Amino acid sequence: MHGRPRKAPTQEEQEASSLKAVKLRELQSQLLNFHRNKIYTKEAVDISTKLLESNPEYYTGWNYRKLSVQNLLESALDSDSVQSILDEELRLVENALKQNFKSYGAWHHRKWILSKGHSSTDKELRLLGKFQKLDARNFHAWNYRRFITALKEIPDEKELQYTTDMIYDNFSNYSAWHNRSVLLSHLMEAREGGHSGKENVLGEEFEFVRSALFTDPDDQSGWFYHLWLLYQTLKREPLLITSWPSTGSNIQLSVNGYLDGQSLLPVLHFQSKARKYPIILCFNEAVEGVSSSTVTVECEYHAGDDLIWIPLSANKLDFAQAWLTYLNFPDEVNSLKPYSVKITVAHVPGITSLSGAPCSTTHTSFTVCVPLNDLKHAEVQTMERISWKEENFRARATQPQDANLLHSLGYLKITMENKPSASDWSMETIFTEIAHCRELLSATNCKIGKLTLARLLMAHNTLISYSRPNDGAEIHYDEILALYRDLMKMDPKHLCYYEDEYSLALLKQLTSNTESLLKYSYEYQESTSPSMKSSLCLRLNGLSLSRLGSMECLLWVQMLDLSHNKLRSVEGLEALQLLSYLNLSNNKICSFTALEPIRMLKALQVLDVSYNEIGAHSVDSSRYLCSSPMNHAVGNDWNFEEFANGGIKLNDHWDAFLVFKDLNLIQLEIMGNPVVNDQLKAFLFKIMPALKWLDGEKCN
Amino acid sequence: MDETASYPPIEPSNFDLIVIGTGLPESILASAASATGKNVLHLDPNPFYGTLYSSLPLNELTSFLRSQSQPLTPENDESTPQLLTLPLYSSIEINSLSLEPIENSRKLNLDLSGPRVLLCSDSMIDLILKTGINQYMEFKSVDASFVGDAEGNLGSVPDSRSAIFKDRSLSLTEKNQLMKLFKLVQGHIGKESGEDDLISEEDLESPFVEFLNKFGLSQKLKSIILYAIVLADHDQDNLENCKDVINTKSGIDHLALYHSSIGRFPNANGPMIYPIYGQGELPQAFCRRAAVKGCIYKNGLDSFNETFETPFGLGLDVRFVVFKKLRCDLGWVLRMPVAALLMDKDGLTYKGVKLVSGQELFSNQLILAPCFMIPSRLTPAAQVANSYDVGRRDAKEKVARGICIAKSSVKPEAANCLVFFPPKSLYPEQKTTVRVLQLSGNVAACPSGMFVTYLSAMCDNAVEGKKLLDAAISALFSLPICGNSENNGIEKLSEHTDSKPILLWSALYIQELTMFQDSFNSISFTPLPDEHLHYNYLLDATEKLYQKIYPNEEFLTQTNLPEEPVDDDSSELD
Repeated sequence: MHGRPRKAPTQEEQEASSLKAVKLRELQSQLLNFHRNKIYTKEAVDISTKLLESNPEYYTGWNYRKLSVQNLLESALDSDSVQSILDEELRLVENALKQNFKSYGAWHHRKWILSKGHSSTDKELRLLGKFQKLDARNFHAWNYRRFITALKEIPDEKELQYTTDMIYDNFSNYSAWHNRSVLLSHLMEAREGGHSGKENVLGEEFEFVRSALFTDPDDQSGWFYHLWLLYQTLKREPLLITSWPSTGSNIQLSVNGYLDGQSLLPVLHFQSKARKYPIILCFNEAVEGVSSSTVTVECEYHAGDDLIWIPLSANKLDFAQAWLTYLNFPDEVNSLKPYSVKITVAHVPGITSLSGAPCSTTHTSFTVCVPLNDLKHAEVQTMERISWKEENFRARATQPQDANLLHSLGYLKITMENKPSASDWSMETIFTEIAHCRELLSATNCKIGKLTLARLLMAHNTLISYSRPNDGAEIHYDEILALYRDLMKMDPKHLCYYEDEYSLALLKQLTSNTESLLKYSYEYQESTSPSMKSSLCLRLNGLSLSRLGSMECLLWVQMLDLSHNKLRSVEGLEALQLLSYLNLSNNKICSFTALEPIRMLKALQVLDVSYNEIGAHSVDSSRYLCSSPMNHAVGNDWNFEEFANGGIKLNDHWDAFLVFKDLNLIQLEIMGNPVVNDQLKAFLFKIMPALKWLDGEKCN
Repeated sequence: MDETASYPPIEPSNFDLIVIGTGLPESILASAASATGKNVLHLDPNPFYGTLYSSLPLNELTSFLRSQSQPLTPENDESTPQLLTLPLYSSIEINSLSLEPIENSRKLNLDLSGPRVLLCSDSMIDLILKTGINQYMEFKSVDASFVGDAEGNLGSVPDSRSAIFKDRSLSLTEKNQLMKLFKLVQGHIGKESGEDDLISEEDLESPFVEFLNKFGLSQKLKSIILYAIVLADHDQDNLENCKDVINTKSGIDHLALYHSSIGRFPNANGPMIYPIYGQGELPQAFCRRAAVKGCIYKNGLDSFNETFETPFGLGLDVRFVVFKKLRCDLGWVLRMPVAALLMDKDGLTYKGVKLVSGQELFSNQLILAPCFMIPSRLTPAAQVANSYDVGRRDAKEKVARGICIAKSSVKPEAANCLVFFPPKSLYPEQKTTVRVLQLSGNVAACPSGMFVTYLSAMCDNAVEGKKLLDAAISALFSLPICGNSENNGIEKLSEHTDSKPILLWSALYIQELTMFQDSFNSISFTPLPDEHLHYNYLLDATEKLYQKIYPNEEFLTQTNLPEEPVDDDSSELD
């Protein structure tokens, strides 16, 4: 059934098929007529039988059939006649499946009939046996099998044995491996509490699939199962991993716009003026249910309002890895005395991951000094144009005090109590799998083996970082990066995926400890105007990044240079709520919609997206995935008339409008993108009144 | 010779070809010749089909073995050389170890030249399908293959992708290497002409064992491939003293044949199949085809139609009716002992044969089974063997064969299975592979609940041959201790030998592989049963012989036999 080349139909076959089409068309029009007029006579039903037996793909036919069955059942007198009506349907489906055993409509109809009352599920299993002999991978049959076994209440253990037999027969069977994972999930869930039970099961499964991987490393079905096992091994409850301000940090907001001797970047300045203070919680995976009821914030001068937690996620689901709230300080709170804030996450159940696992309870606390509420001093200083020229940056790694600086800025720090402890078992399992993977690769050069090794090493690093933070021992980032570089050459078809994975690994490596991060930290000082206060800039430019990750370690970043990478998307940036200056120039962003995460960066003032590919591709596939007026996710409240007077059509620039309308940009570089023209520039000025510089031009 | 009178006279008395003996080569040749319109008379002195390739009940087997082990004393009649029996078997040793006689011993179908199976993609199967005789036969697949050692531990033979996956005794690296080799072979065989060779010409000419070494295979895997899949007889690790070094090309060809045999027929789960009722069915099927094609019926031999009832139109029980029938009159072949050859006056040119009934029949050509002998004469001796590579064969080599009967299987989960004991696996001096085929009641080799086991090994002499087979038998079976304290003995035995089957009966004999016969024009001897597990070489030799006799005729072309009722829907070659 698989790997057979399709043959071009011969002349006779073509003629036969067009002849068949004529006949089917005739039957179809008859059936539609019956359907419309609700005719369920025997003749009418017979026509539908004829049609469906030769063309099971005709979905309307199946709907008509269901209506007619319902009609017949209503007038059925006894259980015998009910049974014969149902049997007739089962017979029809069987014949239809003989015509095409991958017909969705037919399989669905069978399920529907069985839901009406079934006499013999054994017969169904026999039928399935036939279809699975014909094609052991037919996922329709497997799907139906799960339906029948649930109906028949066949124990999972027995079905597990069935998958074992099928896999023994031929292990290139994605459906069998998949069914196995479904059954084992049930079994492991049922054996709740018995933790060693799960460990034993997974241990045996690793061994089982290992045989397949070694026997034929080029067959991917086993590797997919292996990946599932790896997820099961690493699976753990969601957990708060970082926050801003970080645990134990001591943040002083001073009156003159400085933060601990550093220039107070606009976000804090602006927000301290508004007497709002951002708090960001970052989890190890996307969670939902973060609210004032699941997270308590204890704070001396807390205004007492219920805090509103906002998910920082570009997609509109309720799940997000990072959550944001603002702490309000009442006006009367203006003391230099530090006062402490304690946050308890998940003290009551309610925060859950996508897989439904509940978040475990964690705490974080920090202290804040709030400035006097003095509007005079809190005046925003005159903004100079930010220039990302090389000479404006000075490496900071040479200056030892900067380490302290990073800490004071709340650089990644998670307290011990928040640290997820990796179980010895998962550690051992990963170790074993890494060893086996290396053994296999030493004998066979196989791409999916390499990919798996890279994934295993990443998992290993994650576990290591849980148990021993900032300890460079046995960290394999260089090996992972080398593996992905290798894969890019070996398998150029999946280049984009490997580039993304490479980027994630690289970012993980860069953010794994303070020393490595320091190498990318620079001091920004406008050379032409030395009077301006210097700022700390994280420069991750020219690293071939195509995707962003490890953002939970960069919550403190206010100035970020991501230029000269290969970024196609900026997903993840939404967590960096302090970000004020962002350079995305010379990347591969090909639409405004790809910039959607930036919408959530309320503090962003300077943005450079010059020399990207916005407008270069006539087809923008991301348009259909992001929020757009076309899918009614946004735009209901947009006033399309508003711009009509200026001769600008919102319809032409809705994607730019979507991204920029809520931003308070002061400076924007957009040149070097095919989309740019005078009309767009005028439109941008219009929607961002605060904009002072556009492509270096000062506006009036 | 009371029977003599019952032989009807044969009319006419001139034929293109007379074939004496119904062994597989004789039957194929008769079938091939009659298919091209030759006027063929097929005779057999024995009351059963198959001659040296027959499947017989226990007592008939032993008496046939004995009858073929001693030459008859020739009478001195110069003008009509007597047709004598050549001693093919020697050192016959029959052991009845059970106190009770074997029940239903008539229900046993014991192969005379076992162990032998068919590979689903081999040339014999192709011939069976081509000639259509599959409609006369049924097959069952051999469940599994094992490699054994002196203790009787039987390790599985991971011969396919799923078998490698399932195997628990292989290390992960071994699994990887073995599958890689299999893939390489498939790639090499399947490559289009013009593509780069996956295996260099130089490698193809080198010994296969060296190629496997280069591949980095473990000793265990090498042994499995060489002796259980490529079916090597001689110790390939000892290249200097090895009598038959398998080169990479033939090793790979055999591996490819083995793999293409897996899954050829949906009902056969392994690469090998065995004919139900024994290998004697094969010659019988060819005889039947020969009859259909006109052998002996041709040219107005109408009177024979009454004597030799045609099998057509007998319902579903055809096989059984026929099977019983041939014991009395051999359905399609004339059961007729031949007394002597008729020679020209010079005593060197063949003219015809003289039957025991005294009738004289004449033909242009005579084909004789190799168990017959023409008394020595002035003519130079010709070597008769399965003519595959006659030159290379060591004339001293023989094959030791054994048949064992037990009431349980050597491997409980397998009813029909093969066991290979590679060289040195039984004892350090073991030079050749011992091959074992166990069959159960489901192939009608024996009544259900019983198991028949065939063994064979190449040897230079009877002592060596017996030693090889004895070692394999004691590795597989436990021998009942006879004596007064019989019950105690058996109890003790079962404690010590776990679940090894108890040997009830055995027969060991040494069969010649090479014969020297006088060569006459117009008289040909068919090949002897060879030492191999399959029929490929035998078939090659038979075809060569046919080409020699009829250089301008085609050898069994594709033909359709008249429709006959198909015996059973489980027939696997449909």
